Amino acid sequence: MPDGGALIHARGLTKRFGPLCAVDAIDFDVRKGEAFGFLGPNGAGKSSTMRMIGCVSPVTDGTLRVLGLDPLTDGPAIRGRLGVVPQMDTLDNELTVRENLVIYGRYFGLSRRELRARADDLLEFVQLEERANDPVEPLSGGMKRRLTIARSLVNDPELLLLDEPTTGLDPQARHVVWDRLFRLKQRGVTLVLTTHYMDEAEQLCDRLVIMHQGRIAEEGSPAELIQRLSTREVVELRFAGDTPPVEGVFDGRVARVEELPDRVLLYTDDGDALVPLAHERLGPQSVLVRRSTLEDVFLRLTGRTLVD
Amino acid sequence: MTGAMLAYEHWLASYRRLWRASIVSSILNPILYLAALGVGLGKLVNHGAHPLGVSYVTYVAPGMLVAAGMNIAAFESTWPVMGAIKWTRVYHAMLAAPLRVRDVMIGHQLYFASRVAASTGLYLVALAAFGTLHSPYAVLAWPVAVLAGVAFSAPLAAYAAWAPKDSYLAAVFRFAVVPLFLFSGTFFPVTRLPEGLRQLAYATPLWHGVDLARHLTLGTVTWGMALVHVAYLVAFAAAGLWLAERAYTRKLVR
Repeated sequence: MPDGGALIHARGLTKRFGPLCAVDAIDFDVRKGEAFGFLGPNGAGKSSTMRMIGCVSPVTDGTLRVLGLDPLTDGPAIRGRLGVVPQMDTLDNELTVRENLVIYGRYFGLSRRELRARADDLLEFVQLEERANDPVEPLSGGMKRRLTIARSLVNDPELLLLDEPTTGLDPQARHVVWDRLFRLKQRGVTLVLTTHYMDEAEQLCDRLVIMHQGRIAEEGSPAELIQRLSTREVVELRFAGDTPPVEGVFDGRVARVEELPDRVLLYTDDGDALVPLAHERLGPQSVLVRRSTLEDVFLRLTGRTLVD
Repeated sequence: MTGAMLAYEHWLASYRRLWRASIVSSILNPILYLAALGVGLGKLVNHGAHPLGVSYVTYVAPGMLVAAGMNIAAFESTWPVMGAIKWTRVYHAMLAAPLRVRDVMIGHQLYFASRVAASTGLYLVALAAFGTLHSPYAVLAWPVAVLAGVAFSAPLAAYAAWAPKDSYLAAVFRFAVVPLFLFSGTFFPVTRLPEGLRQLAYATPLWHGVDLARHLTLGTVTWGMALVHVAYLVAFAAAGLWLAERAYTRKLVR
């Protein structure tokens, strides 16, 4: 394989819709066997990037190679080796759970006999074997997502693309999906996913890029990004009434102070050391010391204003 | 072509859930129409001399056959096409797999043609039962009805793929499909239409289908005339397919 063994290789990858630049000259490589994430707010360009990788959206400019092939000329050949879990479900409500797998598998030219066996395995994998002959319509959101994941695996793909795989699911359903994706990763399936959930990115991704306004703002493993762009800990102070002036209070002892309408955040490597000082000088109603998360990194990079 | 067959398979699989209802209406509709128009209205029209040269039910039967094909083709190629783009997103699922836009479009057209063939086949049997077929060539009215169906389903699929919202689809029925049904020689000769409207009727694919089917069931067909009608319908279908591929590409690959 060319491009240093990368399954996806992008340089200066650009997507424009008329005057709007959805993806603005981004560079990234996805290596075999890793779980790679695109993290970013709505409109950051994540889905546009995924659609270009999935060969259903022509590249406006730059280089893109998927499995060493060019999406422009080898779209069907690439798609034959990909699994796609789209953001919006594309299941067929007229068909049963099993028929959805078999008919979709037929698009890949697989035989019905082979697909019947595969459908059983896949339904077991996503814990839907008892619903095999039921119509799709009444399934819960979590079950439909699992079925979509099973369907994306029907051609035994080398690369699985997941566009916001758990958006709109309740916490239990999200954890079931994460568990299945984690198992796929353990089996060596390369995962590429987009998400705006920080916990999802921390759970699943070996490496991720944070996208903002069509560009890649940062790249690294979740731990690296937290270490590089945030502090080890965050102290959250909440006040009963108005927030007292914080400026100058923690000078030299914190990396950064952020004042929000409802609370004050202190970014530091040793949160406990600040607690007595905070109580003495500011008299907060509550003090919480927690680990820094990817959310802190993300909000620092992309801002707290609503992008939509 | 194999890709198109795989897309076609999908539509056949989902039809298996609907076929009972559609078979019933495919059998009942021709019987009801032929009974009402032949036995009922025909009694009035046929009074005294036969102005059409044949009994009214014989006259109207091939028109009903082709118009029935048009109605099924038109219905199947409008809402379901928009739905497969916007609501069920079935086309998007096909394109995530190795199918190409052309496969997706042709596969659906094959399904429309199959639906038209199944319904008009039953219709033709009903026509025979009502004693309206007067020539062995009448059996050729069946493929003519299917061809006329595609001459509608291809451009209408292009329109439905292009249409920004579903009110556009209701409009095409109101302003195109229903007027064609009434004024394209189905129920009365287009020579009764005023000048201008008559020329318009000659330009529609339905008139070409109906006129050819009628000459086939009456046994008055000439090969030159048949060639002109078939060429017109093929051209209409081909232009529709070309437009449909463009419209599908613009909506699905962006």
